[in-house]
Amino acid sequence: MNLAIYKRRRVTNQVIMALSWFAAASGIFVLALILGTLVYKGVAGLSLKVFTQTTPPPGSDGGLLNAIYGSAIMTALGTVIGTPIGILAGTYMAEYGRGARLTSVVRFINDILLSAPSIVIGLFVYEILVVGMHHFSAWAGGVALAVLVLPVVVRTTEDMLLLVPDSMREASAALGSPRWVVIMQVAYRAARAGMITGVLLAVARITGETAPLLFTAFNNQFMSTNMNAPMANLPSVIFQFALSPYADWQKLAWTAALLITVAVLVLNIGARALTSSRNK
Amino acid sequence: MNSNAQVASYTATSAEISPSALRRHGMWDAVLRNATRSAAITVLLLLGGVIVSLIHDSVLTFKTFGFGYLTSESWNPVTEKFGALAPIYGTLVTSFIAMLIGIPISLGVAIFITELCPRWLQRPISTAIELLAGIPSIIYGIWGLFVLAPFLQKYIQPLLIGAFADVPLLNQLFAGPPYGIGIFTAGIILSIMVLPYITSVTRDVFETVPAVLKESAYGLGCTTWEVVRHVVLPYTKTGVIGGIMLGLGRALGETMAVTFVIGNSHRISPSILAPGTSISANIANEFTEADGALYTSSLIAQGLILFVITFTVLAAARLLLLRLESQAGKRA
Repeated sequence: MNLAIYKRRRVTNQVIMALSWFAAASGIFVLALILGTLVYKGVAGLSLKVFTQTTPPPGSDGGLLNAIYGSAIMTALGTVIGTPIGILAGTYMAEYGRGARLTSVVRFINDILLSAPSIVIGLFVYEILVVGMHHFSAWAGGVALAVLVLPVVVRTTEDMLLLVPDSMREASAALGSPRWVVIMQVAYRAARAGMITGVLLAVARITGETAPLLFTAFNNQFMSTNMNAPMANLPSVIFQFALSPYADWQKLAWTAALLITVAVLVLNIGARALTSSRNK
Repeated sequence: MNSNAQVASYTATSAEISPSALRRHGMWDAVLRNATRSAAITVLLLLGGVIVSLIHDSVLTFKTFGFGYLTSESWNPVTEKFGALAPIYGTLVTSFIAMLIGIPISLGVAIFITELCPRWLQRPISTAIELLAGIPSIIYGIWGLFVLAPFLQKYIQPLLIGAFADVPLLNQLFAGPPYGIGIFTAGIILSIMVLPYITSVTRDVFETVPAVLKESAYGLGCTTWEVVRHVVLPYTKTGVIGGIMLGLGRALGETMAVTFVIGNSHRISPSILAPGTSISANIANEFTEADGALYTSSLIAQGLILFVITFTVLAAARLLLLRLESQAGKRA
């Protein structure tokens, strides 16, 4: 047996496995570093004022109330518009149009939409809504977010409905249920946890979305509940404040970043818990 | 199950009132079928709308500058001379750096998870890596600006400049001063961001390799690396490439993180440490300030270019993964 070859193979193997260890460790390390910095810098600015006062002019005290409100409203709007259309489209693909040509085309296009750059979606909504209305508005921001919600919901709805065993549909049909009752009462019920997960993931996705809001909802220094006017939102505030030279603005930007990250992680972990408890 | 009982009782009652109930059911069926069908078509119209509106608003730019728009480096809002070369260059180079760093690390993590990791650690590590994917890009941006960029400026960039100072070509690529922000930093941030995408696809396809194949290789005396190199990777080639291209699609279109750290300068510098710009950063920075139809249109034209680039990459990735799926179907 040629020991030199054996040794070389063993060493190569050890080197590469060590590199794999290192890669995984650095991945975890970066995640920990990002979360650590966020908590460290974000908590410093956290106080009750953050939730009760609006964004300040440079050099004075303030909070993020208007931005939190705006983000919540536009995220809700995006979810409310995007989810029903997404669920319906996913239902078509998994129930009525299974195997149809339209279904495979929609699936392909939906995948493209799912990973299309969000800034391009922002440009699109700018052109159809902002240009048409002649001003930035919270409506436009919500619609832009809805366009981002839609493909996530379509994808998960289809996947989850396809996981429902056909024998359940057949059993229901054999009892005399028409198709729409089978879908509404059997398929939806069986796929409910997965579909809710999809919606949660979609909400998590748009919670931190910035690019499409920059030129649809724009930003607003003041508290505004007018859906027809520019509205503050957390991501835009982070963008503006972090790049400013003012220390207290930067501090608020970190706090806003912490709030968004916590919201996103809670949604993600919640969605995960929902599916894994279901799979047991 | 409770739901089945309900369905049963529901259908039993409706069976008794036959003709009108049948009509009603027929109507509801048609309603739901058409509603779901139109929703599916909405998805198509949406993408169509994106393409049409981008083209419609870029026409002015391409009429004014012609093909030269793609090859001109000038960007002067005052004299209204616009060219997209610097942003296109920035987008491609940052994504290239991201892939150069991101691909080996992602593959390493995937190998670690599937081959090396103790079972109890597999799930937590996969979850942690996937949570990285969920963090919004603006968080990477603010972190990159305040943590990563100063770190690179202080430690890594002087090191690179010093190390390659006497090497021809490379000293051009890593020419000083260390700004902290710039093309290089944007590439690093992007490599962190694409890591979870590539890793999760790669891990998924690695797990599709039949245990028998791997075990026979081990049985012949292969080392773990040889099994990965000669059995796992050839078997999963298409899937891995698909995953890499998905990551590339993300990197090309990524906006906020890049905007924070790229430096936003309309210049093409031979040094990758110098500030630059990318298509998405350029749009994010200047769109709301753009006055005049030509300025706006030239930014939208860049959006169109970006869309075409990412569309091509993503479509190729999807087709590859799709082919993989149909192959798996045949095998099963």
